[in-house]
Amino acid sequence: MPGAIYAEGLVKTFGDVRALDGVDFDVPEGSVLGLLGPNGAGKTTAVRVLTTLIEPDSGRAEVAGLDVVKHPNEVRRSIGLSGQFAAVDEYLTGRENLQMVGQLYQLSGRDAKRRAAELLERFNLQDAADRTAKTYSGGMRRRLDLAAALVVSPPVMFMDEPTTGLDPRNRQALWEVIEELVAGGTTLLLTTQYLEEADHLADTIAVVDHGRVIARGTSDQLKDQTGGDVVELVVHEREHIPLAEEVLRRLGDGDTSLVEHTRKLSVPAAGGAKLLAEVIRELDARGVEIDDIGLRRPTLDDVFLSLTGHTAEDEAAGTAGEEDGQAGTKAAGKRAATEGDK
Amino acid sequence: MSITADKPAPARSPRPERITFAQGMRDSLVVAKRNLLRMLRIPEVVIFGLVQPIMFVVLFSYVFGGSINIPGAGLDPDAYREFLMGGIFAQTVTFATAGASAGIAEDMQKGIIDRFRSLPMARGAVLTGRTFADLTQTAVILLVLAVVAVPVGWRVHNGLGNMLAGFGLLLLLGYAFTWIGALIGLSVRSPEAATSGGLVWLFPLTFISVAFVPSENMPGWLAPIAEWNPFSATVLGVRDLFGNLPEGYEAPDAWPMQHPQLASALFSVVIIAIFRTFAVRKYKRATG
Repeated sequence: MPGAIYAEGLVKTFGDVRALDGVDFDVPEGSVLGLLGPNGAGKTTAVRVLTTLIEPDSGRAEVAGLDVVKHPNEVRRSIGLSGQFAAVDEYLTGRENLQMVGQLYQLSGRDAKRRAAELLERFNLQDAADRTAKTYSGGMRRRLDLAAALVVSPPVMFMDEPTTGLDPRNRQALWEVIEELVAGGTTLLLTTQYLEEADHLADTIAVVDHGRVIARGTSDQLKDQTGGDVVELVVHEREHIPLAEEVLRRLGDGDTSLVEHTRKLSVPAAGGAKLLAEVIRELDARGVEIDDIGLRRPTLDDVFLSLTGHTAEDEAAGTAGEEDGQAGTKAAGKRAATEGDK
Repeated sequence: MSITADKPAPARSPRPERITFAQGMRDSLVVAKRNLLRMLRIPEVVIFGLVQPIMFVVLFSYVFGGSINIPGAGLDPDAYREFLMGGIFAQTVTFATAGASAGIAEDMQKGIIDRFRSLPMARGAVLTGRTFADLTQTAVILLVLAVVAVPVGWRVHNGLGNMLAGFGLLLLLGYAFTWIGALIGLSVRSPEAATSGGLVWLFPLTFISVAFVPSENMPGWLAPIAEWNPFSATVLGVRDLFGNLPEGYEAPDAWPMQHPQLASALFSVVIIAIFRTFAVRKYKRATG
């Protein structure tokens, strides 16, 4: 029995670009799927197909048990869409925006009014309810947009990069709202460039790159695929970076990665603590001074690097991420791409 | 660790539901309200919409007024002022085109269109609602213009019924032209292009007509074009209904000039039928 969101072999091309190149996934009712990938990976196109905004060239998709191509209008009754570009009318007040959306969801005028008032309160917008959305801050607009998606409490929600461009405080606040929503039984498909976000919110994660799902599983499963723990260290002198990198490449179990300006290096360490000790000895023997060293669980950054040979941020040029400008260094003996469940 | 299930069950609902006309109308009114609220909050647009026709009334009345020969009245500035107003009214309603095209082009660029397209609403309602709002705006502008025209010397001579029929023809023409504007707005890439694209062609259209100069004064090859111009039928029809034609005026022989009210209504309905069809089709196909 397929889940609340189901996609099979979705293909969508725009000119020469295969934005979706055979995407499958199945999201059980009440769970959260995180589509993780850089800009241009095809995440937004997948959301647009599933929310009936565009039709796929081939493949099939169902939302709430209904085919999105054959029954678009019924699908629209069951979904809410919230995007990275807050889809509200800036010349309308918050209240007017929500009432309009309610009426277009076919609520009666009175119900739309009542629901708008409820949502304004729930999203802490009651003080700004009768000001035009033009006067709202970025975080307020995003909350209004999310409120608009929730007007009919749809069983299936799509959020396309809900926190892109938000400051950490607003991002945290939005996460709380999303968690509350999911606790209430909503099925959610969430796209994000932030590995931390997928880790935090999603039950399962599908890593998307160039229109394909290149890996999937829970956050822990994906981390295990990269070979478990990671040795991470900070060298004291910038000149010692190449030397330290060479040591890690020789002793470690995969690609090394480097953040130039913080002098931070890391490498997968299947050997765990034993490898850590080896690295320390070797660096000491070569006179490389280190400020910090440790063993940590891999982050999804490491996962992305090991799957694609580049970090998510590499391709996400131009988007303001709070993460370090991390540059993946391709090392020899690159681990064969762990191809999920293929 | 596959999370892909086996074969999915076939779609449960046997046939797609139809959206009723009543729902389409209700959705259109909701969208119209949204656009009217926007117009109230950006009143500059309505104000500029008024400045241009008022300026034309004054310029044409006093600058050209004494130099344009009106069949049946000669070079009579007073007769010209009465004659002129039908042309100004009709030109004013066609300028609503630019507002519709710019408004729709702007919507198509913004996230709001994705919101609309993801809602269970009638597909054409985004466009129909916009045209309803533009029609309301046009009605307000016409009213203000009519009041302004009185001190200049414009009067209605044929009673209330004919006056309302005249304004009805004008609004119908204006409504037809907003659908042309809607199609332009959906066809261009930016609101700026939509504004100029919505306006440029209106100048030849409204000037090569009987709006400002009688076709009798035009070169022989141009007069038939002016007389068959759909816009001319409304101008002459309205003048006739308002009683703004000089005594002894004889309309040109062209069919639309002989039956201006019928021709005006017919042209407007045909324009709506054609442009609404293409605009709604284009909107549905737009993938943004």
